[in-house]
Amino acid sequence: MTLFQDVRTDRMADFIAALRNPDIAFLRYALLAGVLGSVSFGIIGTYVVTRRISYIAGAIAHSALGGIGAGLYLQMKVGIGWFTPLIGALVAAVASGLVIGLVSLYARQREDTAIGAIWAIGMAVGLLFLTKTPGYVDPMSYLFGNILMISKTELFQIALLDAVIIAIGSLFYNKFLAVCFDEEFARLRGIRVGFFYLLLICLTALTVVLMVTVVGIVLVIALLTLPAAVSGLFSKYLWKMMIFSSLICMLFVAVGTGLSYIYDFPTGSNIILVAGAVYLISVLVHRALRPSKA
Amino acid sequence: METPSVITLEDVDFSYDGAPVLEKVNLSIQSGDFLSMVGPNGGGKTTLLKLMAGLLKPTSGKVKLLGTAPEKSQNRIGYMPQHTMYDPQFPVSVMDVVLMGRLKRNSGIYSSADKQTVIDSLEEVDMEALHKQSFSTLSGGQRQRVLLARALVSKPEVLLLDEPTANVDMGLENRLIDTLKKLNARMTILMVTHDLGFVSCIVKHVICVNRYVKVHPTSALNGTLIREIYGQDISMVRHDAISGCEDGQDG
Repeated sequence: MTLFQDVRTDRMADFIAALRNPDIAFLRYALLAGVLGSVSFGIIGTYVVTRRISYIAGAIAHSALGGIGAGLYLQMKVGIGWFTPLIGALVAAVASGLVIGLVSLYARQREDTAIGAIWAIGMAVGLLFLTKTPGYVDPMSYLFGNILMISKTELFQIALLDAVIIAIGSLFYNKFLAVCFDEEFARLRGIRVGFFYLLLICLTALTVVLMVTVVGIVLVIALLTLPAAVSGLFSKYLWKMMIFSSLICMLFVAVGTGLSYIYDFPTGSNIILVAGAVYLISVLVHRALRPSKA
Repeated sequence: METPSVITLEDVDFSYDGAPVLEKVNLSIQSGDFLSMVGPNGGGKTTLLKLMAGLLKPTSGKVKLLGTAPEKSQNRIGYMPQHTMYDPQFPVSVMDVVLMGRLKRNSGIYSSADKQTVIDSLEEVDMEALHKQSFSTLSGGQRQRVLLARALVSKPEVLLLDEPTANVDMGLENRLIDTLKKLNARMTILMVTHDLGFVSCIVKHVICVNRYVKVHPTSALNGTLIREIYGQDISMVRHDAISGCEDGQDG
């Protein structure tokens, strides 16, 4: 064994030990939050990728900053203790998701504009609140994630949110599948297509908020779409794509968190870079393996 | 006595963003009929089909499907869109696609009876062997037959088909003709097609759609009429003999 390898094995062991260390519980919480959230990300990410609404998910994620800012402001300045940044993010994400969803249902040609507007307005509102909140608040934590912020209470809230998303996402599997595959035909069979489309967007909003503290609102979109994009390369059925997406997402979170501990890099960007690298490699391998067409 | 009409349109206008697509459409389709819609691209064929199915609402005028508003009766029809509208990478099996035809408003799960009906419908279009196959790996012609099965699986009274013969080779086309002939015994069929040879062979009436709509019996289909439909002379390849057309027609 080379010296380099020894050092790495050492650090890996270090990471495992750190997960058991009661003094740095946040690391364990972060990993747990990531693994829990991965199941929702796999399910909803698959719908988002196949229904091609990644940009809507992006706008929802960024607009969550408005709610985070409002939450902090209300907590610190106004003194409404229960209105946490997580609740603020939840409200903002669902509200902006509904606005975009309604525009895309009733004024399709304006969808693009609505996505861009919500995206930027949400962030502008957030920044405004953050600067008016007393004390120093680092926007970086919310933009790119900060695993130090994950407390036991937050972990509990994440688990609850996760359960809701998984329950609704799998309960209406057949209807979501029909709506994603062929909206028009689903409508002919009496399915309330508009309702399920909005429900899907709301679930997307909840999912995005789930991982805000782990990877941040700017990076969360990649964690939602890249695992599904990778598993979509080899999945024949939608439910298989969901299972593989969840597993791949867990892998990204675990490897990213581990690397960030070992090399002292920011966790959020590490997770996303792992996801991006795996996606790139799998697309290239997929292309190379595909029988070439004459 | 006249058979009851399954679809009626009264003074229907449809415009898209102010541009008229269809104007003053009056139409009555009798039960048991077999009709084809022909006309140039952009003439409004698919729009007319979607108006009948209740997928589009007329700008003015009235559409009745099976004696009532299309939204109320659309679960009694079978609809097959053009197969090119699908995401070629969507991960879904043939079985899952056809099962969508068994969807109900208030139930989210499929029974084993639903699955058996799917197999029966796939048998009807010779695709039951491929029911586990991924939809994305099928050829254009195979996809069309799967979509036809999906339209049939709800046991419809009216079948609306958008270009069922596009991308289908000759042998398959003949099989499709036989299938549709058989189906016509139990349901009214209306289809959009570009293939005039196919039209003259099996259908009873032709609906010419080019912003305005006219209905002709198939026997009236000749050079003058075709010129009128397409606005210019077109060369027509006759393959009556190949497709085994029995009803002669004069040109």
